[in-house]
Amino acid sequence: MEDMIVSTLERAMVAGTPLLLATTGEVICERSGILNLGVEGVMSMGAVVAFIVTMTTGEPWLGVICAVGVGMAISIVHAFASVSLQANQVVSGLALTMLGLGFSGMMGKPYVGKPLLIKMDDLAIPFLSDIPYLGKILFSQSPFFYLAIFLALTAWFFLEKTRLGIQIRSTGENPRATETQGINVSRIKYLSILIGGGFSALAGAHLSISYSKSWIEGMTAGRGWIAIALTIFALWNPARAIWAAFLFGFIFVVQYLLQPLGISPNFLSMLPYIATLIILLLISFKDPRRLNAPAMLGEPYKRGER
Amino acid sequence: MMNLIVTDRYDISAVRSFMTNLLSLASGLFMIGLVFLFLGVNPFYAIFKIFSGSFGSFYGFKETLTKAIPLILIGSGLTLAFRAKFWNIGAEGQLLMGAIFASWTGLFLGNDLPSYIIVPLMFFSGFIGGALWGIIPAILKIRFSINEVISTLMLNYICADFLTMLIVGPWKGSTRFGFPGTDNLPDAAILGIIPGSRIHYATFILSILCAIILCIVIYKTRFGYEARVVGENPDAGRYAGIDFLKTTLILMIISGGLAGLAGVGEVAGIHHYLGYPAAVSSGYGFTAIIVAWLAKLNPLLTLISGIFFAGILVGGDAIQISLGLPAATVNIVNGILLICLIMGDYFLRNKIRLQLSK
Repeated sequence: MEDMIVSTLERAMVAGTPLLLATTGEVICERSGILNLGVEGVMSMGAVVAFIVTMTTGEPWLGVICAVGVGMAISIVHAFASVSLQANQVVSGLALTMLGLGFSGMMGKPYVGKPLLIKMDDLAIPFLSDIPYLGKILFSQSPFFYLAIFLALTAWFFLEKTRLGIQIRSTGENPRATETQGINVSRIKYLSILIGGGFSALAGAHLSISYSKSWIEGMTAGRGWIAIALTIFALWNPARAIWAAFLFGFIFVVQYLLQPLGISPNFLSMLPYIATLIILLLISFKDPRRLNAPAMLGEPYKRGER
Repeated sequence: MMNLIVTDRYDISAVRSFMTNLLSLASGLFMIGLVFLFLGVNPFYAIFKIFSGSFGSFYGFKETLTKAIPLILIGSGLTLAFRAKFWNIGAEGQLLMGAIFASWTGLFLGNDLPSYIIVPLMFFSGFIGGALWGIIPAILKIRFSINEVISTLMLNYICADFLTMLIVGPWKGSTRFGFPGTDNLPDAAILGIIPGSRIHYATFILSILCAIILCIVIYKTRFGYEARVVGENPDAGRYAGIDFLKTTLILMIISGGLAGLAGVGEVAGIHHYLGYPAAVSSGYGFTAIIVAWLAKLNPLLTLISGIFFAGILVGGDAIQISLGLPAATVNIVNGILLICLIMGDYFLRNKIRLQLSK
């Protein structure tokens, strides 16, 4: 029983990692006032690029870097459409997801079902990993796990305490006032979208080279969309995203725990999606003024217009 | 020095709108050509193949019309939802729910009832199924301010899992040799087709009627006007006393219900049994988003844009087979065309002049 709880929690951490990475990226992006619905597609791109590069070169970290690069590059589509052309962000984000899913499916076709033999070793932190239970759950995970938590905390610090972070936030709250401070609002938004894209791709890289060690079309399975919901659940705060993501990681793995009880596996695979609706429902009872949503989220900004 | 002067355009004529769309599509096709070039396929040949596969032969055109049925039904419903800025991305799930409801009706009542009763009953139950699945996000949005993009997408996944649960579990047919899927619908419940094609004419006529009726609803009725106000100027709408919940509920009943009808057509007209979600619908709910967008949110124009995108689906299948391209190619084509369309809108909304100065 104890073993089962420990291994479930351990796997919950693994399953929560891509959610945390993607949510952190989306938080940064939405803080600048840009709704990016392309997460699912960019994540898929990240997964396929990381897988192909790792498989051909044998260097998982090179795969990760390439994935992040491609994720940022493809996000330019959304940046150009939604910032430069002030297009509708919902439609533009959907288009990015279609592109990402399409290109990843095309690039990954020869690799479907091939196992990845290069392993990214788990990183056991000396001493801490010897703590009973906790050591196994928290301190002997894949490097992505630590990276995700580190990046989330860094993102929190970045948004709250640094000059650029404050510029990003004020762009999302009041772009006009920000512009009068001599800050280039478009540049800030481009930057935020690119950072968000990089994070989404990183999440995808984790899925393909660390989590499942294979590539198959549709392997992101809606995680990108869940990350967008988690952004709301985390109240646009990367630090809160940490526990939100791991809570959802738990929901993802709990289905394997319940399967032996004879519950239909198809019903269990609905759980993360139902849970997403439930948390959004819970958050809606909060006072909207305390939700902290960026005031100009999703609103196109046109320079010089009143 | 050269300067680009961007000013708003207020006089958007129908001709300009049409030409901009046409240019957007042309540039989209150009970019798709580049993708083919990158794949090592002659782009002219590939694009020629897409259109000759779908519009070039009588057989291809019949297939195109078959696939246009769900696209027109869903697309015209989406124009209404999108006009109210209700981003219904859940048509795929609403289609599946319609298919589930209709299959239930067909499977469990179809043996005892004559065709002229069971077929309307299936369309009715399919509409109800899609509408029920559509009003959930409407209530969630208006009552609980939950973003409808997320909720409709989550409902897509939930519905697909629910359908799979049915066909591997309680509804699994005894004639399927252990494979997932229901038994075939009784003969009375199967839709008639135009001989020599797969066009199920009842749904085909229904889709054309829906596009026309919705056009009247949007432009000529009070409800259509209110839906547009909700989308374009919600503050004015509140001031004028428009009931947002009622308006959103009605438009999602229509939008979801039409997607449900598309599901009835797919099950009772094409497959004749309920199979895996990916088999019931090949992403019609998502392609229909672009259909609605290309039609500039005018339901009547979805008749054209629906057939156009059905052509791309059919032609896409044709080149996948003849050129050995992956199935994801259609996603790329859709994504590129959608991007080009929204970029084209910029040039429709803004005047851009090049000014030469010293």
